Amino acid sequence: MNAPGRASDGWVNPLLDDRDKRLPRIAGPCGVIVFGVTGDLSRKKLMPAIYDLAARGLLPPGFALVGFARREWDNENFAELVHDAVREHARTPFREEIWARLSEGIRFVPGSFDDDGAFDKLTSVVSDLDQERGTGGNHAFYLSIPPAMFPVVLKQLARTGLATRDGDQWRRVVIEKPFGHDLRSARELNEIVSDVFSEESVFRIDHYLGKETVQNILALRFANQLYEPIWNSNYVDHVQITMAEDIGLAGRAGYYDGIGAARDVIQNHLLQLLALTAMEEPLCFSPESLRGEKIKVLSATKLVEPLDETTARGRYTAGWQGGTKVIGVLEEPGFQDSTTETFAAVTLNVDTRRWAGVPFFLRTGKRLGRRVTEVAVIFKRAPHLPFEKTMTTELGQNALVIGIQPDEGVTIRFGSKVPGTAMEVRDVTMDFRYGTAFTESSPEAYERLLLDVLLGAPSLFPVNAEVELSWAILDPVLEHWAKQDRPEPYAAGTWGPSGADRMIAGAGRAWRRP
Amino acid sequence: MIVDLPSTTTSAVNHALIDIRQRGGAVALGRVLTLVIITDDSVQVEQSIEAANEASKEHPCRVLVVARGLKRAGTRLDAQIRVGGDAGASDVLVLRLYGPLADHGDSVVVPLLLPDCPVVAWWPGLAPPIPAQDPIGRLAQRRITDAAAAPQPIKALESRRAAYADGDTDLAWSRLTPWRALLAAALDLPPHEDVEAVTVTGAADNPSADLLAGWLRSRLQVPVRRRTSPPGGGISSAVLERRCGPVELVRPDGKVGTLRQRGQPDRRMPLRRRPVRECLTEELRRLDPDEIYHAALQAVTEVNGRRGGAAKGVRSGESRGSP
Repeated sequence: MNAPGRASDGWVNPLLDDRDKRLPRIAGPCGVIVFGVTGDLSRKKLMPAIYDLAARGLLPPGFALVGFARREWDNENFAELVHDAVREHARTPFREEIWARLSEGIRFVPGSFDDDGAFDKLTSVVSDLDQERGTGGNHAFYLSIPPAMFPVVLKQLARTGLATRDGDQWRRVVIEKPFGHDLRSARELNEIVSDVFSEESVFRIDHYLGKETVQNILALRFANQLYEPIWNSNYVDHVQITMAEDIGLAGRAGYYDGIGAARDVIQNHLLQLLALTAMEEPLCFSPESLRGEKIKVLSATKLVEPLDETTARGRYTAGWQGGTKVIGVLEEPGFQDSTTETFAAVTLNVDTRRWAGVPFFLRTGKRLGRRVTEVAVIFKRAPHLPFEKTMTTELGQNALVIGIQPDEGVTIRFGSKVPGTAMEVRDVTMDFRYGTAFTESSPEAYERLLLDVLLGAPSLFPVNAEVELSWAILDPVLEHWAKQDRPEPYAAGTWGPSGADRMIAGAGRAWRRP
Repeated sequence: MIVDLPSTTTSAVNHALIDIRQRGGAVALGRVLTLVIITDDSVQVEQSIEAANEASKEHPCRVLVVARGLKRAGTRLDAQIRVGGDAGASDVLVLRLYGPLADHGDSVVVPLLLPDCPVVAWWPGLAPPIPAQDPIGRLAQRRITDAAAAPQPIKALESRRAAYADGDTDLAWSRLTPWRALLAAALDLPPHEDVEAVTVTGAADNPSADLLAGWLRSRLQVPVRRRTSPPGGGISSAVLERRCGPVELVRPDGKVGTLRQRGQPDRRMPLRRRPVRECLTEELRRLDPDEIYHAALQAVTEVNGRRGGAAKGVRSGESRGSP
């Protein structure tokens, strides 16, 4: 990738300057072609993100958006769908003048993925856009479709020449998780994609990496003197990474059946969070350095065995959650009586000098106590306490917690004297929240990631090597579970099955209540 | 919550703040800066607080509003504390200064600054002749003025140039950011030819148009001409001449911009004039010296056809009411 403002011919844009930090990077002329426009993700995240980028003035003048789906629609019908999605879900207020400009570039091509005629039509629509709107032959193909459809769509893109670029142009493909369901299928999927697009044109979206707080992990660790000296096994007792959802499967049961919590969340989001928490300091913040460090730490990450004792899985049953009576997973429409888990926990070690002997506990689940994602670094107790034992009964371990959603920020837990005449120490917490209220100026993860795709900035996208390493870490657990009986039940609204508590108790620790 | 403290002192205000925190929970925690707004006691107070509250959602801050009231009155400090829903993500202290105290705002500001956090001073209306030497300006790392709010904006800009110190910035500059970003992005496209001449057209009294011309002059080092369009319309166009044909960014109506380049279709995009709260939020995003602004400001004098461009030794004549 070229540095900002530097073209491949060595020309330097005289209007750009590194010191000019106000200047936002606007994407060059381009268009986005979305497959699977009628899906939830497309309507709730993608379309609103496109509008929000336009509202912030970050889309190029003449931007084009093409929808492709099996619907008897014309451009206006599709524009209406986008309009409604934007009205309902966009972060920034709806402004007619922005919508008017955006809608000028909206096109729709009806057809199914195996219909050659429809893709020929798409090809001509795209080249018309290059003429009318000046998209300059730069296009991103957003595959918001099940991976089973990838081969046929990619084949069509190759056949029609849509995937090939001339000269300075670019063609990029954006894919969403799941990137396969185990190491083998991930490799197959990658082969299919890399047949048509080169690795640097493939952008794998893990929307967690677009979140401000996730990027802030790097700032917290590497911009401060305060934390890095204690960020190792001398001071850290263990690390807990949690992603809890309060919702059930509702509507996604068909997709989720046979996938389960570990594949859906641990393989991508949680292992990426682990990589950012545990990695060594990169030489610089270039995409290559960052990825290099992430790959190193993922290569050193191993499951702790025996898996019977170091992993746990569960399935929610009917119960009361947050004041509502909810059904169990087996009653969810579309969910077959399979062995799919809705809660998964694993224990990992990172075999490096920095982390030797520090367990990393990862857990995720649906219908848990509340919606929260966090990385909690739990420190060892002070080696000596010059207090009477009775004075510190309420003192736990110090902790540094990085909240990722819904409340983004950092919390530190430490001991403090309880006011009064007696010397008594207890745990207190200290919070920092940057931008407590979410406003126009604090972008959604999708916005950031989509803009990076259009700018060709790959830092926040996992490369294929990271995907394959993550599967290599997780595969033994999946195989182990496949040989077992059904997952353990847990009541909706609780913090998971008792097996999860047994698992962490076996390692001499306890889950923190997030 | 709003607490009024008529005829008070800063230590009473500090006491009240601690009291509110202890009774109502965490107030004034997790703030990243103190924003001092210096204004006359007028409608401007509420307008500025509104903009500051909006900006505080991205930058949690303490807002100190120093409102100068009648100088002929007796010395008196009226304070008002706003926290919670009445103050966005900040706590707002409105300090009304009467009598001789009106000239000593800094003495009221010092005890109320957050410890260790950066201080930003903002004059939404009239600015002091040399912001960096103003008693409150001296306390601040960053000093935000607004040339467009002065009775004679072009003269105000001239005075900013003469008085510039690191940390100065002006909303006339932040209003330009979308224009600058679009022009920079337009030059990114091939053919990568050198720009040979530039024309910027805008209302005669528009300081942003002057700064845009100055910025282009400082970056490109080619002849830059400033032309005038009817008053009130802001910037209406910027044309960069290249051998292969001009790059034109035109905004005739103040709302929609059109980018024209030879061999390319016309591209239109929303390009409205930015509201103050948006500019202020951008200003608070960085607190170090803005060298690009400094260079643009200095280069304004090198722009051809600028009315009053050659004027030297401008009086610091910004003492009348805001426009």
